[in-house]
Amino acid sequence: MSAATPARRHLLPFAVRAERRLETPRGLGFLTTLGAVAVALLISAVLIWFIGGNPVNAYAHIVRASLGSVGVLSDTLVKATPLIFTGLACAVAFRMRIWNIGAEGQLMMGAWGASAVVLVGWLPEGTSGLVYMPLMVVAGAIAGALWAGIAGWLKARLNVNEIITTLMLVYIAVRWVQFWVFGPWSEGGFQMSERFPREAWLPRLTDYSEAVPDLAGLTVHLGFIIALAAAGLVWYLLERTRKGYEIRLIGDNPRAARYAGIDIGRTIILVMLISGALAGLAGATEIAGSVHRLQDNFSPGYGFTGIIVAFLARFNPIGVVVAAIAFGALILAGREIQPAGIPAMIQGIILFCVIASDVFLRYRVRLVWR
Amino acid sequence: MNLELALAAGVAAGTVYLFAAIGELYAERAGIINLGVQGMMFVGALVGFKIGSEVDPWLGVLLAMAAGALLALLHGIVSIHLQANQIVSGLALTFLGTGVALVLGEGLPSGSPALLPVITLPLLSQIPVIGIVFFTEQSVLVYIGYLLVPLTSLWVFHTRPGLHLRAVGEQPSAADALGVNVYRQRYAYTMLGGALAGLAGATITMALVPGWHADKTVIAQGWIAVALVIFGQWKPGRTMFGAYMVAFIFRLTLDMQGPRDLWGIPNIFFEYQPSTFFLGMLPYVMVILVLVFAASEANRKRLGAPAALGLPYVRGERGR
Repeated sequence: MSAATPARRHLLPFAVRAERRLETPRGLGFLTTLGAVAVALLISAVLIWFIGGNPVNAYAHIVRASLGSVGVLSDTLVKATPLIFTGLACAVAFRMRIWNIGAEGQLMMGAWGASAVVLVGWLPEGTSGLVYMPLMVVAGAIAGALWAGIAGWLKARLNVNEIITTLMLVYIAVRWVQFWVFGPWSEGGFQMSERFPREAWLPRLTDYSEAVPDLAGLTVHLGFIIALAAAGLVWYLLERTRKGYEIRLIGDNPRAARYAGIDIGRTIILVMLISGALAGLAGATEIAGSVHRLQDNFSPGYGFTGIIVAFLARFNPIGVVVAAIAFGALILAGREIQPAGIPAMIQGIILFCVIASDVFLRYRVRLVWR
Repeated sequence: MNLELALAAGVAAGTVYLFAAIGELYAERAGIINLGVQGMMFVGALVGFKIGSEVDPWLGVLLAMAAGALLALLHGIVSIHLQANQIVSGLALTFLGTGVALVLGEGLPSGSPALLPVITLPLLSQIPVIGIVFFTEQSVLVYIGYLLVPLTSLWVFHTRPGLHLRAVGEQPSAADALGVNVYRQRYAYTMLGGALAGLAGATITMALVPGWHADKTVIAQGWIAVALVIFGQWKPGRTMFGAYMVAFIFRLTLDMQGPRDLWGIPNIFFEYQPSTFFLGMLPYVMVILVLVFAASEANRKRLGAPAALGLPYVRGERGR
């Protein structure tokens, strides 16, 4: 610049200064996420208004239709149950920077595995629920784990991009389930299996309404309790075990992990098996607890929403439960919102804002008046 | 089943993958992974069809590209300046683009005549086989696809700006030291990638299956395009081959459901309808196999992605 250049005119009356933080203050992550969600809802409101909707009504509807009464709150928890599982599935893998974005496919295989226990017909009629339920849950977890394990094994042995493989396995799993519900397990040519016997249903609150009349109509099922237990277990695994430490170390600094002698390939396969099992549980408990038969299209994208849930929770298993309930509300109430793309749009905006807000965790951002 | 016609259909449908994959190739060569291809294609498909059918086809194509570039700019801001994780930002873009397109596309007609001209080249279409496959009754966009590949090759490997592009993706600090503006390059190529993804989307709704098909408009083409770049090892020629190949296999799985018998053997896909779902799996299995092949080849020959792919560049910070 020569001396003759006139003084620079400033467009804004302030300048933005960013300084790298040496450490992130406790609790800032939570506050930033909250702020990001608030900004996202504001942007979504503007967009809804722009396409001719009424954002206040839309949001009020979501709150009323998902949290307004004990009945709908129970429905919200039913929707949140698979989201807790898929959110945990993503959180475990993402914590290690393994991008399992195919939880939807593992969920499908989990649902198929649980259904197979009932529909293959090896168990005699009238088998106790105490036999059915554990078998279904375990079969679902195994099916999901193996499905994710394919991508994990390919990643660990050949360094095949797991983002693409897990996603392609979603499309394959969807067709696999379709084959069974259109073909061998089809009931009278319809695209669904026969209804499971009562013994194969996970107990719901409403099942106890004879003893406690207030529980009538509440469909929240045992799967929710299993999901909470899974969240606790995943937290324990990540924060309190040696393996969990290794997973976090690989995620934060793979080079250091390798020098520390951690077998990264084996850990990748293990994490994918755990992640897949969790997603498989989402499918198994949804089928056994809520749908009670295998059918096409039973998931409104629980696996994909799990990705957002995991990020919103910043991969914290306890946070996953909270975020899953919030998104369960959005999915429940979103069914009635028109046009149908609005929930997906809001989810995308929330995810954008949350990851963009990370900059505040890494930098001190200040406005300096000129 | 007519093989030549199936191949021609593969080339037509492959053009969608081709545009999206070449767009992603530019972005990744500059060091930016954009997994939002699917979302950008959705918005491009919507804008292209809406403007193209209501105003003017070529304006539709242009605005579809602009819309794709605009979404890519969002990805650019978040991943280049805010240094967010590119994988997540791309996923967010996919959610956002799909959602916005579904919201705005509500109620658009699902059927329409082709909006862009279909061309048969005079002399070239007379060549046996090749003439029918490549040069007979193909949309004008297919021909643009033929031109895009050699032009991309030329640009990336034989020009000075192409050298800068590769430098920014391999070793941004070195490029910066030589006076290349890393940030500007990354924004430019990310947006170019978005524009081509938008064009890919418009190819679906304006030429391939004209009309708006709600959530079935873009099936998995965006994701497969990302896989094709890996298969193509970030080279345009191989990427093109992969694009036509995948589309041809998709076409084949459709054609195999119709006839009563195949090569004299009773066709199980005709006899027992549910078995067609296994046919439907085939292209996705193929994509996985192709990635396995590409990965083992890359391991053997020590090839790989651009070295700085996915890493944010911060001026003056080491190890980035």
